[in-house]
Amino acid sequence: MTLSSRFENIEMAQHLCGKLLEGREVDDETRHWILMALREGLANAIKHGNLQNAGKRVEVEMEVTADTLRIQIRDEGTGFEPGDVADPLAPENRLKTSGRGIFYMKTFMDDVRFRRTESGGMEITLTKNLGGLKKEGSKR
Amino acid sequence: MKTNVREVQGVAVMDLKGKITIGAGDVQLRESINKLVEGGKKNILINMQDVTTIDSSGIGELVGCYTSVTNKGGKLKLLHLPPKINDVLTVTQLITVFDVYESEGEAVSSFGA
Repeated sequence: MTLSSRFENIEMAQHLCGKLLEGREVDDETRHWILMALREGLANAIKHGNLQNAGKRVEVEMEVTADTLRIQIRDEGTGFEPGDVADPLAPENRLKTSGRGIFYMKTFMDDVRFRRTESGGMEITLTKNLGGLKKEGSKR
Repeated sequence: MKTNVREVQGVAVMDLKGKITIGAGDVQLRESINKLVEGGKKNILINMQDVTTIDSSGIGELVGCYTSVTNKGGKLKLLHLPPKINDVLTVTQLITVFDVYESEGEAVSSFGA
């Protein structure tokens, strides 16, 4: 799916992701945190990647297999170095007003990877293992 | 997001309802708190009971409001944190920054302590 860089589109993507998860062995808690991670990824792409330029696009791919959800988000920005992102838990950063989005993605998903696209933007791949979550009562 | 401000024993109690997310409530929260501070309110209690969703942007604004009120010699505290918002504050270790209450009476009294 391709979205224009508007925050209003985040909820549409969340809705579609929720639909994809319907009928899967995913408890409500896990579903909530997946959708929050998706929200953070899209907000990051729209705000920091595409600088809220509505003419720039965000591409989103979502794929659910028997035991895995994989979400890829690509923006048309200039990219960033994931290693340069400040640790929001460091005492000097604790009261900063921004810089927590990537941390939340990493907290709520099982794997988060970053890659620069051929056009120079950023691609974020979020993966969640779905196998056995309901039985194990996983919180996030 | 909707806001409603009540005065309870000298404390401005702000009831929030809805989402505090990027582009939908985050800036509104900041503006509402700034208005209270500019109006001379020093003791502010934010009732989060009816907040349905918050994201990193909303959390950032909450932290910004806390800093802004504190820097002006005031106090900003939180009331009735929904469990998922409590979790979001906990993982970023912000839960230790805010004073959080489950009882409005207790929260209001705490400003006089």
